[in-house]
Amino acid sequence: MAKETAITMTKIKEKNSDSEKIKDTSSKDGAKIVIKDVKVWYDDFMAIKGIDMNIKPNTVTAFIGPSGCGKSTFLRLFNRMNDYVDGFKMEGKIKLNGTNIYKDKINVEELRKEVGMVFQKPNPFPKSIFENVAYGLKIQGIKDKKILNERVEKALKQADLWTEVKDDLKKSALALSGGQQQRLCIARTLAVEPSILLMDEPTSALDPISTSKIEDLIFELKEKYTIIIVTHNMQQASRISDYTAFFYLGELIEFNKTKAIFTNPEKKQTENYITGRFG
Amino acid sequence: MNNFRKNKLIDHGFKIMGMLFTFLGILILIILIYNIVRVGYTRINWTFLTSLPSRKPESAGIYTAIIGTLDLMLLTVLFAIPVGVGAGIYLEEYAKKSRLSSLLEINISNLAGVPSIIYGLLGLGIFVRFFNFGGSILSGSLTLSLLILPIIIVATREAIKAVPHSLKEASFALGASKWQTIKDVVLPSSFGGILTGIILSLSRAIGETAPLIVVGAMAYVPFVPQSIFDTFSVLPMQIFNWTTRPQQGFAIAASGAIIVLLLITFIMNGIAVYFRNRWQKKLQ
Repeated sequence: MAKETAITMTKIKEKNSDSEKIKDTSSKDGAKIVIKDVKVWYDDFMAIKGIDMNIKPNTVTAFIGPSGCGKSTFLRLFNRMNDYVDGFKMEGKIKLNGTNIYKDKINVEELRKEVGMVFQKPNPFPKSIFENVAYGLKIQGIKDKKILNERVEKALKQADLWTEVKDDLKKSALALSGGQQQRLCIARTLAVEPSILLMDEPTSALDPISTSKIEDLIFELKEKYTIIIVTHNMQQASRISDYTAFFYLGELIEFNKTKAIFTNPEKKQTENYITGRFG
Repeated sequence: MNNFRKNKLIDHGFKIMGMLFTFLGILILIILIYNIVRVGYTRINWTFLTSLPSRKPESAGIYTAIIGTLDLMLLTVLFAIPVGVGAGIYLEEYAKKSRLSSLLEINISNLAGVPSIIYGLLGLGIFVRFFNFGGSILSGSLTLSLLILPIIIVATREAIKAVPHSLKEASFALGASKWQTIKDVVLPSSFGGILTGIILSLSRAIGETAPLIVVGAMAYVPFVPQSIFDTFSVLPMQIFNWTTRPQQGFAIAASGAIIVLLLITFIMNGIAVYFRNRWQKKLQ
């Protein structure tokens, strides 16, 4: 009996050995991210010119900067979304809870279950609302109807969409409004239970009311997740983030508490940008 | 002001011209169909459809040709769809951009334009002689599969290309592997386009005569093929043969066979349109 248990334990350990390193299983909190001297090239173009940064768990960090400054590229490093871009080359280290995610052995699919992403334009699948939220679970092989129902409901509640859609989960997700679609995309991401949430200008295609709903949501989600958000909206950055990083031409110009950045920036460039004098 | 009026006049003139050309195309088609139906409708009855070919035009039927056509299409679909769709997926999703892959791309596009008789010769060399399948349904369908492969590949690629990149990204970001993304997101979204390509290519295959003549389809097959190694005839073959006969009766029979061939083609296209519309509705 004891032997059997021991074997099962090793099996589980083997199975989880990769994900265990990424996910800090002792707590259900967001993960800590450490970035060391990261450089990125697209063919000959150097998009990121050596960035160091530490992101604390359970905080909201805003990336700001003019278009083309590398903030989206930088964000997409954390779930290795740049891997598909032709000519992409990367140097340096990014550690999630101590594991370098650009190590050869890393299972990228496993990583992306830990690092969820919400995109600029709402991109629901042309499937039903239920199928959209269940997608991430189904590809993991979860088939049990009961578990799926529970997790879908939980995710939709977390994304503050449940009351609006609970009666027509079978309806196509494309029939929802833009704001609802974006919250659906957030629910879809949360259903996989990541520890980090990357958001690439999640409200830039939405009206002010939908935007404020999503901002409230981010504020609530902070308790459980580490959130990084790219935004072009200065007010948004100051409203919702704890830390703000200002990027310019592939360099990290300034990274500090949001309050400090917006009231008393150390660099002239930062001040010029947030006051709207350039960019 | 003058210029403004002139532009408006040109605009209007162009609209009328376009309309005329559109009606011209349709008018010619209507005249053609009218002529055939006028001559051939007398032969359209159950006996015509279920009779074997004969030397006497009055008793000649198209049973073997219909069965041959259906058998041939069925086998062609079985061969061409997996290979064509598979190749399309590979080229669009997996193949790295290299000189080899762009060479492949250009060649596939070119193959779609190769005259069908060349495919017939290819089929004769490979399937009839080398593999020794003879002038059988198998040889014919393999040859037609080669003929429509490029069309299916190109259609599959276009359909896959039309799937928004953002959907693929969403799938990857949720931890899906490449194959899961293709299976669950890319293929369902491009199904309508792929299906349309397949049916259009079959509509082309169903009317092909030249390559089948080369491969060895018979005009006179007095029995229904029992296996894929039997000789066969198809509707276009039968029509071609009858139109070359001097007797007036065979001309009427040919018109009858043309009506049947057109009906089969229309029905196939109709099915394609139906599936595509239903698919689009399902997505909305």
